[in-house]
Amino acid sequence: MDWTFTFETFISLVAAIPLTLQLAAASILLGAFLALGLALFRLSGVRILDWFARFYVFVFRGTPLLVQIFLIYYGLSQFPAVRHTILWPILREPYWCAVIALTLNTAAYASEIIRGGLLSVPHGQIEAARACGMPRLMVFRRIVLPLAIRQALPGYGNEMISMVKATSLASIITLMEVTGVAAKIISETYRAIEVFIVAGVIYLTINFLLTRLVHVVEYMLSPHLRAPRLQTPVQGESK
Amino acid sequence: MNAQVPAITPLALDVKDLHKSFGNVEVLKGISLGAREGEVVSILGSSGSGKSTLLRCINLLEVPDCGDVTVGDETIRMQRTRDGKSRAADQAQVERIRSRLGMVFQSFNLWSHKTILENVIEAPVHVQKRPRKECVEEAEALLAKVGIAEKRDHYPSHLSGGQQQRAAIARALAMRPKVMLFDEPTSALDPELVGEVLRVMRGLAEEGRTMLVVTHEMGFARDVSSRVVFLHKGLVEEDGRPDHVFVKSKSERFKQFIKG
Repeated sequence: MDWTFTFETFISLVAAIPLTLQLAAASILLGAFLALGLALFRLSGVRILDWFARFYVFVFRGTPLLVQIFLIYYGLSQFPAVRHTILWPILREPYWCAVIALTLNTAAYASEIIRGGLLSVPHGQIEAARACGMPRLMVFRRIVLPLAIRQALPGYGNEMISMVKATSLASIITLMEVTGVAAKIISETYRAIEVFIVAGVIYLTINFLLTRLVHVVEYMLSPHLRAPRLQTPVQGESK
Repeated sequence: MNAQVPAITPLALDVKDLHKSFGNVEVLKGISLGAREGEVVSILGSSGSGKSTLLRCINLLEVPDCGDVTVGDETIRMQRTRDGKSRAADQAQVERIRSRLGMVFQSFNLWSHKTILENVIEAPVHVQKRPRKECVEEAEALLAKVGIAEKRDHYPSHLSGGQQQRAAIARALAMRPKVMLFDEPTSALDPELVGEVLRVMRGLAEEGRTMLVVTHEMGFARDVSSRVVFLHKGLVEEDGRPDHVFVKSKSERFKQFIKG
């Protein structure tokens, strides 16, 4: 193994990490909102909304992300109508096409994770909230959502890791994130082993840190699931 | 020693001709029941008699098919949807009235992600919009009253069933309700924990709280309540003072019931 070359590759790929992180963060964040909406559609009891969400999940979970990226990047520009909308400056950019495709895709998976979390909230606790006069939205915000998030977090951690890896597909539409830069270096040097090992280590490191982060959040959000702290009775101590 | 109720106090709660069906099963067949301020009404009945449903219809956790519920001087306005179902006409009114009724559930239903103190101050702070500091002070006093002051920073899962139920009683009291509703508050408890909850409830009765208690505890019904109502198949079969009902009831079904 050529250590000088490997080190140079490492430096080049590290420079591409910000784009990888941006793609992942943007699509996970936007996807979470979309997923929550879809999960609420599923649970709304309104047949049209329910079927819309089911169909959405069916389509985006059932087709490859790569196909979705191609369709959005190459497909949409085929339609003159799309080129003349105010959205064109966005849809013209590979970056935004990648973010849109990743967002739409993760939302399908995450909506099922969130739906599971929402369904896990004990009915009695919702009833207790209603019984003390909370309006619907407050019940959702203060009781249902916090409990659902705690339940959904482990599954959601998986989905986030998947998304970090999925950003590598954005290299196909010319984005120079970690995999994009790696592919470029290989096409110039024909040295696939070193480059892909370095790229793999970078993804591994990102996901290791992400896993730790999810663990920490999970720990912070679940004091009620841990054994009680050994404590002397708190007297007159402010909260 | 029964709670002392002055002969005539105003009605705190008035239920008129309440009907409720689930599918084809008519659970409540026209129940009328009033509770005067300071009265402790025990509602007895075998399972399926509709006693829990009655309680849940009062705060509209179940929507009654017809009939009136009045809390204080406010009657819950109902309306019919186009497909003939009954529903509350004004959700904000329902929420207002619910906040005047403290509900205690069989399975406690404390919010598992909040500490005991947070459970108690939740509704006062967020529903009634009272100042947080005042609510915390009041909550601490209530927790001391039900005997779990030192558990304020614990989570519900760290408490025994009896402690959880006492916390739930404190949570209901924190809203300063006009009427307390108890839905079989001791039925989910181990026998040795029943006493501590009943003691708290007895204390509330002696303070002159208006209480509706669905219960299987005959001792409580006989000794603590000022009135006993016996439901049978969705109708009121007996209604009167406990010393009267328990001794002189003419209802064969009630005699059968208390014999066990």
